[in-house]
Order: sequence, then C-alpha cells, then structure tokens
Amino acid sequence: MMRAANYRSSAATAAALLLAGCQGPQNILDVAGEQAERIAGLWYFLIAVTTVVWVLVVLTMFGAIWRRRVRAEPTDIPGEPSPTRGERRLGVVVGSAVVLTTITLIAFTLDSFFVERRTFAAPPDKALEIQVTGHQWWWQVRYMDPDPSKIVETANEIHIPTGRKVKIRLDSPDVIHSFWVPSLHGKRDLIPGQEAIFWIEADRPGAYRGQCAEFCGWQHAHMSFWVYAEQPQLFDAWLQQQRQPAPEPQGEAAKRGRDLFVTGPCALCHNISGTVASARFGPDLTHLASRDWIAAGTLPNNRGYLAAWIADPQSLKPGNRMPATFLAPEDMQNLLAYLETLQ
Amino acid sequence: MRSSPSTMFPATLNRLRDKSMRAGIFAAFLILLGAALLLLIFGPITYVRESREFRPSPIAGTGPDVIRLSELQPGLPLPPQSPNTGGENPSWYERNAAALSEGQRLFSAFNCVGCHAHGGGGIGPPLIDETWIYGSDIRNIFATISEGRPNGMPSFRGKIPPEQIWQIAAYVRSMAGLTPKQASPSRPDHLQAKASESSTPPQPPSGGTIPPAATAPQ
Repeated sequence: MMRAANYRSSAATAAALLLAGCQGPQNILDVAGEQAERIAGLWYFLIAVTTVVWVLVVLTMFGAIWRRRVRAEPTDIPGEPSPTRGERRLGVVVGSAVVLTTITLIAFTLDSFFVERRTFAAPPDKALEIQVTGHQWWWQVRYMDPDPSKIVETANEIHIPTGRKVKIRLDSPDVIHSFWVPSLHGKRDLIPGQEAIFWIEADRPGAYRGQCAEFCGWQHAHMSFWVYAEQPQLFDAWLQQQRQPAPEPQGEAAKRGRDLFVTGPCALCHNISGTVASARFGPDLTHLASRDWIAAGTLPNNRGYLAAWIADPQSLKPGNRMPATFLAPEDMQNLLAYLETLQ
Repeated sequence: MRSSPSTMFPATLNRLRDKSMRAGIFAAFLILLGAALLLLIFGPITYVRESREFRPSPIAGTGPDVIRLSELQPGLPLPPQSPNTGGENPSWYERNAAALSEGQRLFSAFNCVGCHAHGGGGIGPPLIDETWIYGSDIRNIFATISEGRPNGMPSFRGKIPPEQIWQIAAYVRSMAGLTPKQASPSRPDHLQAKASESSTPPQPPSGGTIPPAATAPQ
C-alpha cells in the first residue's frame, strides 16, 4: 500500500514537473514575436512528426510480439531456407521504413537550417540598436545613438517598443554568457572579444524574463533580466526619461545620502549621471528607482532589500563583485533616501 | 567436449608455471597494492581545495581603521600598527590565487594604471622593480594605498574597503615577483608589455631613498 502510494505521488510530481515546463514566465511556447514563432513552429513540427514515428514504432513492436512465428520452407540450396512470402513482405516494409526515416531526418535538417537562417539573419539598418554586455553576474544595457549625449545606459532591464525590430549587439568582457529570452528568441552566446549581432521583435506588450543560458561561474543562476515590451509612445517616453540626469535631491536626508554616495566607496564603481560619480565598473544607477529588480533579477527593488544588499551583498549573492559597505544606521537611511529619488 | 587449458594456451601456461615468473607477478601485484594504499592515504592530503572567502569575517572587517595620530616616525617607515584584515593574516592574500586575480582586476578598475601603468610607472613610480620607497611588506603597501603618500599618491581610505585594499596590495607585490609563483596571475587581460606575474623572477627589495618631501612635516 505504502509503495503504491509512493509511486502514485512520484508519478503525480513528475507529471506536475513536466506540465510546469509548459507555463511560467520563461516559456518558448508562449510566443511574443516573429523569431520565437519560427522557433516554436520548428518545435511543433518536430514534436508532431516524432510522435507519429514513436506511435508507429511501438505499434510495430507490439505487432511483432503478437504475430505468430513463420516456419521456414525447404529450398534447393542445402542448409539455406528460401525466403517466404512473409519474409519478402517484411523486407519491403523494413526497406521503406529506412527510406522514410532518411527522408524525415533530411526534412528535420532542412527545416532547422532554414529556420536558423531566417532567425539569425542580419537586422535591418534602421532598427533600434541596443548593446548588451554580460558581466559576472549582471547585464549592462546601452541604447546606442549617433549622438553620444543621447546614449542611455541601464542594467538588467531592457525596454523595447512593440512592432519594431530591435538590433542587439552582444559582447562580454569576462567569460562566455548566453542571452536567452525564450518568448522572443533562441539562445545567443556572448563570447569575449567577438561581437554577436541579431534582432528581436515583440508583437504584444508584456514582461518577458530572460536568463543567462551558459554556465558562467558561481552566480550563473542569479544572472537573469527582464525585457519589457511597450507601446512605441510609452517606450519613447521611457527613453526620454532615461536620458535625463539624476534629479537634484530634495530634503536633508537625500542630500546627505548623495554626499555619502559621491564621497564614499559607492562612487568608485557606480555611475550616476549629473553627479561626480562616474565610474563604469558596476551597474549604472542613474535611474535605479525606476527598475523593478536589483542584483540581476535576484531581489525585488525596495528599500528593505536595497539596504540588505548594500550592507552585506555577499550573503545574498556570494561571489559577486560588490563588497560589503560599512555604514552607520543613520547614514544607511540617508543613502537609501537618496537612492529612492533616482527615478 | 572437454579440453584441458594447457592444450588451448600451452605457451602462456608453461611460462606461468615457471616459479620465478610467478614470484615476479606476485611482486608486481604487491607494488600496485602499495601504490593504491599510498594514494588512498596521501591523495586527499595533496588534493586540498583552496579556501575562498567571499565575505570578510566578521562583517565589521570593513570597520574604521586604526588612526595614526602622527605621520612622523624615526628612521625607515615601519609596517603600520594592526591594520584591519578582518581576522586574516595579511600574507594569506598573497598566497591566494583568487585574491591576487581580484587585485589584478581592481588595479585596472580603480585606475591605479592611470599613474603606475601596468607596473611600469609613469606619473607614479614603477612597481615591477626592486626599489620600494615606503617598504615592500604587504602592510607597507596597504598603508601606502589607504593613507596615501606625499607627492601625489592619494589616500583611498574610506573609498576602497580594506578587504579589497589587501587584494590590491597583494597583487602589487606579485608584479615584482614577490608572491608564490603558483598563486600569481599567469595571464593579464591587457596588452602585454612584460611577462606575466607568475613568470616574473623575484626582484629582491633593495629599499629606496625617501624623497625629502616625505620626511618634511606636512
């Protein structure tokens, strides 16, 4: 009884796990763009054909088990039975199965080749261009513009307009990462010293989760990001807002927080446009408060998590590049008050 | 049908019957057994994973340093008093490959290269030679980075956490080949004008001349 119940519960768990793969925020079948649609089409084609093949093979196997054995007939050649009619028929069946298998595999190869050729085709010239750099363990995102003063930098969140092709340039300064937003496109590796260019497009607004898909060290699992697809006018407003420097802090606490930031250890790694903090080593914090997540999708961006992160980042994401910062409680509150003004 | 083994492999068996041959095989077996035992006993000792701490212990390792009240001192500069290493022996940093490579990364990130280049010097003194104006001990280098020195070296106290200053100081020593070869970085990411730290022969420190500006009251 116990054992039967165990089997039943583990079977239920396995089924739940299998089904869970078909839903949730990271899902290749939850298609949101042209590229993902092609990849999902390839997936459906493969799964449909292989299902038919599997059913045929299993039916043949059961048929072979069930069928009565044919006795060999004597022939002219001593010690060599001549093929029966059944055996000749079997030869035709096996032969045509081999031919069909070959045709199926060739069809798979061709389909996969053409899908890949189309999904990784060169992006159009007038596409919006975004440079994505994978660091251990966060994503640096730069919206390129011919006018350098209009280049926008952010981290771990990529906003894109719907219905417009977006050209993505990938690069990595340290190890190999892989850029993967299942709802929008397949995986693309970020290889140090080698730029990869491809394009994505979202047809409907939404938030799509992405994840580093190439093991890149201790915190590979905590290297995720979100792609927000928005209506073009909302996107333009967002981009316009991101181009602004950080606002001048109002109030005593925020002002003191700003002074702590620019004179303390924060300014050695982080940039806040509009202040003297202009290091390019950690994520750009100019519009930190406008983001939903901190530490590459590890924690929600709110005052509590931000305080915990600043006080002891190594307990939340061991091995990451940010050292613990020793601040008096009062100063921590001031710093948080300032960071919250960075809309 | 039965066939005796000797008719199947007569040559092999005849050789095996030879007594000295059997003794040889037995000896070889004993040697193999001994080697396996040795490996079992000493294997785990030789394979010790390097300890890596992400977090200075205790967390107050980033607390305030001991403040020196006077910059004046008799004779050559001594290693500073009880620098805060978060409970670690400072020489741990120069024996640890992870700390050294982190120091190498920070050396560029915090723009040490702006004045010292990649060890060759420029605005600041070179770090790959045997001359050390303020001492070559890791604690001297820690003091140089955290307190600053006259004639241009800024003080990074309060800007860089002590843990990271130790890493940079250890890396600075590796540039002159003063750290263990096995732990030193073997490949820089920048353009390579000199051999890597791990293949730099040690430059025995010869001290240096303290510039007059450093001895005069500030």
